[in-house]
Amino acid sequence: MAQFTKANSIYEWLDQRLALTKLWKVLAAEYWIPKNINFLWAMGVVLMTMFTILVISGIFLLMYYKPDTNLAFDSVNYTIMQEVWFGWLWRHMHAVAASVVFLVIYIHMFTGIYYASYKRGREMIWLSGMLLFVTFSAEAFSGYMLPWGQMSYWAAQVITNLFGGIPFIGDELVIWIRGNFYVSDPTLTRFFMLHVFLLPLVIMMIIGLHFYTLRIPHVNNQDGEEIDFDAEAEKYKAGLKKEAKVIPFWPVFLSKDFFVLGVFMIFYFYLVFYHYNFAMDPINFDPANPMKTPPHIYPEWYFLWSYEVLRGFFFDVGPLSAMDIGLMAFGIANVIFFFMPWLDKSDVVAPAHKRGAFFWWFWALLIDMIILTIWGKLPPTGINAWIGFFASVTFLLLLLVILPMITKKEARRAGGAA
Amino acid sequence: MAQSRRDFLGMVFGGFAAAGGLAALYAMKRTWDPLPSVMAAGFTTVDLSPMKPGEFRTVTWRGKPIFILRKDHTDLKICEDQDVKVGEGDYLVRIGLCTHLGCIPAWEPDKKIFKCACHGGEFDACGVNIFGPPPRPFDIPPFKIEGTKLVIGEEGPEYKKLVGKA
Amino acid sequence: MRELKILAVVVFFTLVTYWGVEPFAHSIMHPHHEPATFTYDDLKPLNKSGDPKRGAEAIMNNGCTGCHGIKAAGIPAPMDPVTASASYGVNPPDLSTAGALYDEKFLANVIKNPVHAMKLEHKFGDAKPFPMPNFYGSDQDLADIVAYLKSIAPKEVTPKDAFVNACGRCHDMKYDNWYVIGPKPKMDTELEKAQFNLKHAQYQANLKKYLGTNPPDLSMYIRSRGHEYIRDFVEDPQKLLHGTAMPRVGLTEESTMKVIEYMEKVGDRKKEKRNSLGPWVLLYFVIFSILAYLWKKKIWSEVL
Repeated sequence: MAQFTKANSIYEWLDQRLALTKLWKVLAAEYWIPKNINFLWAMGVVLMTMFTILVISGIFLLMYYKPDTNLAFDSVNYTIMQEVWFGWLWRHMHAVAASVVFLVIYIHMFTGIYYASYKRGREMIWLSGMLLFVTFSAEAFSGYMLPWGQMSYWAAQVITNLFGGIPFIGDELVIWIRGNFYVSDPTLTRFFMLHVFLLPLVIMMIIGLHFYTLRIPHVNNQDGEEIDFDAEAEKYKAGLKKEAKVIPFWPVFLSKDFFVLGVFMIFYFYLVFYHYNFAMDPINFDPANPMKTPPHIYPEWYFLWSYEVLRGFFFDVGPLSAMDIGLMAFGIANVIFFFMPWLDKSDVVAPAHKRGAFFWWFWALLIDMIILTIWGKLPPTGINAWIGFFASVTFLLLLLVILPMITKKEARRAGGAA
Repeated sequence: MAQSRRDFLGMVFGGFAAAGGLAALYAMKRTWDPLPSVMAAGFTTVDLSPMKPGEFRTVTWRGKPIFILRKDHTDLKICEDQDVKVGEGDYLVRIGLCTHLGCIPAWEPDKKIFKCACHGGEFDACGVNIFGPPPRPFDIPPFKIEGTKLVIGEEGPEYKKLVGKA
Repeated sequence: MRELKILAVVVFFTLVTYWGVEPFAHSIMHPHHEPATFTYDDLKPLNKSGDPKRGAEAIMNNGCTGCHGIKAAGIPAPMDPVTASASYGVNPPDLSTAGALYDEKFLANVIKNPVHAMKLEHKFGDAKPFPMPNFYGSDQDLADIVAYLKSIAPKEVTPKDAFVNACGRCHDMKYDNWYVIGPKPKMDTELEKAQFNLKHAQYQANLKKYLGTNPPDLSMYIRSRGHEYIRDFVEDPQKLLHGTAMPRVGLTEESTMKVIEYMEKVGDRKKEKRNSLGPWVLLYFVIFSILAYLWKKKIWSEVL
């Protein structure tokens, strides 16, 4: 047993038992971040804040929401939106945060790709981040069902139907997921459970994992420079703050994050109060009607690129039907980014503008995904179908063929130089 | 952890952030408040004219039982300053919850008492605790008299008089 | 400087994506249509000036009050809503406010040939006659009747009354407790509730026989359709939803705005709160950002 002396203050008493000082050092005051960073490094804290907003607003929505197909729509649109004090505010905050959180996730992801922060020991950071992306997607989809409007219903119908494409067990699987032969009350109740309990729990655990994965390889920096964190930390602690290449998480790193966060919150609350239709689709203010599909249905904007990959293959090739090709492409699109660290065959950790062909590859990927996103919303007819097709093929080629090719070349050059 | 006390800017910023947190807490507190529809539904109107002497009724007000007992022209105890007089009727109007722990006592006409099954408390026809653990007589609900009707939930002059005396 | 450049790139691609999935995509999904003019140009104008007194007689002589009540003139509705809907499919409107709510050219035309004025030729004809017969009197009679309706109409119709008369006999507005058979009263017993629901269901069934479909509850339409769409749709439903069973109702522009005002009050009743709280929250975060920036500058001055 440890030795305990008489404590002179409550803090000291707790410190003896919980090692608060040490904990604070490990987590914040002596958790070292490179100094050579820009505001894109603040996206993690922005994401954490958005997730907190989602949890808190969600708690207050949960107090009045009724997961029952007869009551859900009115509990949201009447009780919460019109009766509950600030209920409208919670709902607008929740819906808008659910949408912009994906904008920040994408910025976060593309930052990781641009600065090559997914390899040379940082694979686990990337993988846990991708897991978060997938669980956030599931969380967004299950939440979208809850208001039980027309978009909720038909999104649920279409997405659960996708599982029917899985060979042999597809049809039974769809019924199993829905708990009925069609999307109905049991479907709503189980997705409610997923949305408010299981998925948030999983997300919180993966967030913990994501933070943990940063410990050993440390955060990357703007130039991909390999930093001796221990040596630099000693410099900083010795008072050579200006010479050290690292800064502590608290207060230096966070002070910048708070500023970025403040600016982001101006943007976010502008959307909450004045520009929310993009996140709260007007069609979803019509109650669910299983007998009438709205003339245009489309997923939320953050799912559009993978949705377009699904739709892009609209003609049969030999024995393969259009639907199967689409499903396979969709399946690949959803997991392909997990393999980023291995599709990139080069060891070079540097920003894209110092990596030659990779730089062009990066912008091609970004533009292709924006094209997929935009065309994912347009009706897939005439020329639009062909644009969707070529963009989908380009997407698969970029990741499966071109990326390994150019990075292999880069690796050879780097090897030759060394 | 050792923060410089001269970090004035940091204090201002922290204080401002905390003020925002307080505003958010206010919104959260408000969200817990009962809904306007709940508050508006807090009235119960009872027409007393069909009640006969000796008749006992229970109505619901804000989810609680309200005992109404007509006592004139019977041998039930009349308590001048605690009964409600509507027309020529003399009524006992009380919240029907035992003042001990909130069970609902039953009216026993032959014994002329309210008896609580939970812990044996008893109240007489004036609503006064006469036996057992209840610490005080039945509570009086706010009411207003409109002709022969009793509006429970609103404080009328008769109610104020009654409570002032009681 | 470099950070501003990065920010510009991020903002640029965000805006392109936003433009693509919102304004651009919606402009393709919802082709542009001409905004409503409320001139009802396709209808024949009324060239005669009418006399309200003779109009009152014409209304009596032509049996209008056999189906329509005129409360303003002390004439009650001949039947209750459910019975009326059993006979006609829908409860005929009281005519007291018609002169104020509806366009006068439309009024004259709807009396003369209702199916034509309401643009319901695809629903009603010889095989399925419209419950209100055509009027075979003179144009002078028409002018007189319109003049009479205008003479008894109130100067000011409330937004709710405008909705109830023009829309509320086919559409529920349950978030404001309005149902096609009238407001739902406070009911204490299960029997009363069942009776009300039965009446409502009977009316809805009659309406479905009449229109072929049940018109939707409009409580949230201000959020699902928006001002502009509702305005243009009400002026001419066929233009935006070809083949719909909804008749053109002939509201003037002013009364249409009243209907929309009412729909907004019901479906978006926290709009004022939203708009009044918004600037304060934004101001808070502007100050938050300024303070955060100053603090950051001070902290970073030690390390840079």
